[in-house]
Amino acid sequence: MTNGSPENTASLLVGKVRFHWKEEVIRIALFLCAILSVATTLSIVVVLATEAFTFFENVSLGEFLLGGRWTPLLVPRSFGVLPLVCGTLLIVAGAALIALPVGLATAVYLGEYAPDRVRSIVKPVLEVLAGIPTVVYGYFALTFVTPLIRSIFPSTQIFNAASASIVVSIMVLPMVASLCDDSLRAVPLSLRQGAYALGATSFEVTTRVVVPASLSGVVASFVLALSRAIGETMAVTLAAGATPRMTINPLESIQTMTAYIVQVSLGDTPAGSVEYQTIFAVAALLFTITLMMNVIAHRVLRRFREVYE
Amino acid sequence: MEYTPNADQEISENEQPILQLEDVTIRYGDVPAVQNVSLAIARQQITSIIGPSGCGKSTLLRALNRMNDFIPEANITGRILYMGAELYSEETDPVDVRRKIGMVFQKPNPFPKSIFSNVAWGPSINGYREGIEDRVEKSLRRAALWEEVADRLHDSASSLSGGQQQRLCIARALAMEPEVILMDEPCSALDPVSTARIEDLMFELKKRYTIVIVTHNMQQAARVSDYTAFLESGKLVEFGETDQVFTRPRHNRTEEYVTGRFG
Repeated sequence: MTNGSPENTASLLVGKVRFHWKEEVIRIALFLCAILSVATTLSIVVVLATEAFTFFENVSLGEFLLGGRWTPLLVPRSFGVLPLVCGTLLIVAGAALIALPVGLATAVYLGEYAPDRVRSIVKPVLEVLAGIPTVVYGYFALTFVTPLIRSIFPSTQIFNAASASIVVSIMVLPMVASLCDDSLRAVPLSLRQGAYALGATSFEVTTRVVVPASLSGVVASFVLALSRAIGETMAVTLAAGATPRMTINPLESIQTMTAYIVQVSLGDTPAGSVEYQTIFAVAALLFTITLMMNVIAHRVLRRFREVYE
Repeated sequence: MEYTPNADQEISENEQPILQLEDVTIRYGDVPAVQNVSLAIARQQITSIIGPSGCGKSTLLRALNRMNDFIPEANITGRILYMGAELYSEETDPVDVRRKIGMVFQKPNPFPKSIFSNVAWGPSINGYREGIEDRVEKSLRRAALWEEVADRLHDSASSLSGGQQQRLCIARALAMEPEVILMDEPCSALDPVSTARIEDLMFELKKRYTIVIVTHNMQQAARVSDYTAFLESGKLVEFGETDQVFTRPRHNRTEEYVTGRFG
């Protein structure tokens, strides 16, 4: 080949382009698989948007977003979504208060302190925790957590936000711990050694080098956990009650956006009525909120990302 | 001169080696990495540890500031004395050891923070907050980096070149005002120009600090160090003044190694 003229070389390669039909079939099959999830998401968005649009022909956006009374199924009807948003936020705030610090602490313990033996036990247990069906958590809240809370605060209602918050926090805890663990592990050993060599204690190395260096991953895991908590349905439906209420008292019964959707979906509300369309409006709002959270998580990841060799 | 106990002590301290290794053996599990090494590190001198890959020279170096503590299966026997105090006694806090005996690693490992914060990090965790600016400047000057970074102290350390990053890591170690600086092949990731700068810097640092350097570059050991220890398979083959080790080695293996016949 080395002494062949350019024309010779060209003639050897030209004419070899054939139609590889197998390749083509595979390419199309793979493309269809990839497009499936995108198409599904898009069609959900379209359905939500159109149904919500019909709802907003009857009820103004302002009344929906700013109204403080949510009684779409009772007369006099009122379509202010704030009590549901408030219920959801109450659950999320409670769950975040527990799950975020405990999750991060778990990851720090597993990654920086735990001997391999402990790690090899705790890690699988966490994964099992993540695999428990959410309805079990709901039941657990109702039959175990609520009586416990009532034994401490006797005035607690049977259905209450605190109980649901606690089980939702248990539910998202493995996710926080596992994602934080991953991002802590991505911090190179050489950084830790550099810090130790300056006479730092384990605690200082962790809090002042390792966690800051993995901040993007930690924050992203927090945001993902929050958006999971916002969307959580089963446990809050079972444990938190069905009383849309503007309250910050976790011992009272409330209703979240998701629980409301369940209530209407399972109830005898006639399809096509304004009452029925409320669930699309609520779902659209829910979708917007979680979408925004994911965008924030993405931004945070990009903004604070440290690239290690 | 009037007799004071302090003056007396000072003289004896100056004669005493700053680090003394006595029959040191380090094992990973049952596998010995360093065997029965005894040697003395002279104060304000540069001691180099040379030897072929896997001879245990890094393990030996890391024993000097208890960095092997992080390897669960590593264990050490024998004694290491730092200014007469046992490095591995029950009462010795490894955290204190590392404040006195700093370390610079093979690859530059600055924290993902600003240049300033990197240097200020060590002092700040140890509670020195007053005069931190001065301390940072002094350390950067001693590490011969000040001129290059003075106008961008708050830029990220990762914006520096490899050689600058390594000098930053040296400045970071100096900010703790240690007595001894351990260097684990500090130039192995650097180009020849950056290497030369670090070697020049070592001559400067020698005026105040004791340096122990592990290197697989024999020319570097010959150029910079006052004393050289040659390690092979975990055993100390020869230890002496660098001139002697390189020009009149007492052992055949040393001669073969320093003349480049193996390793």
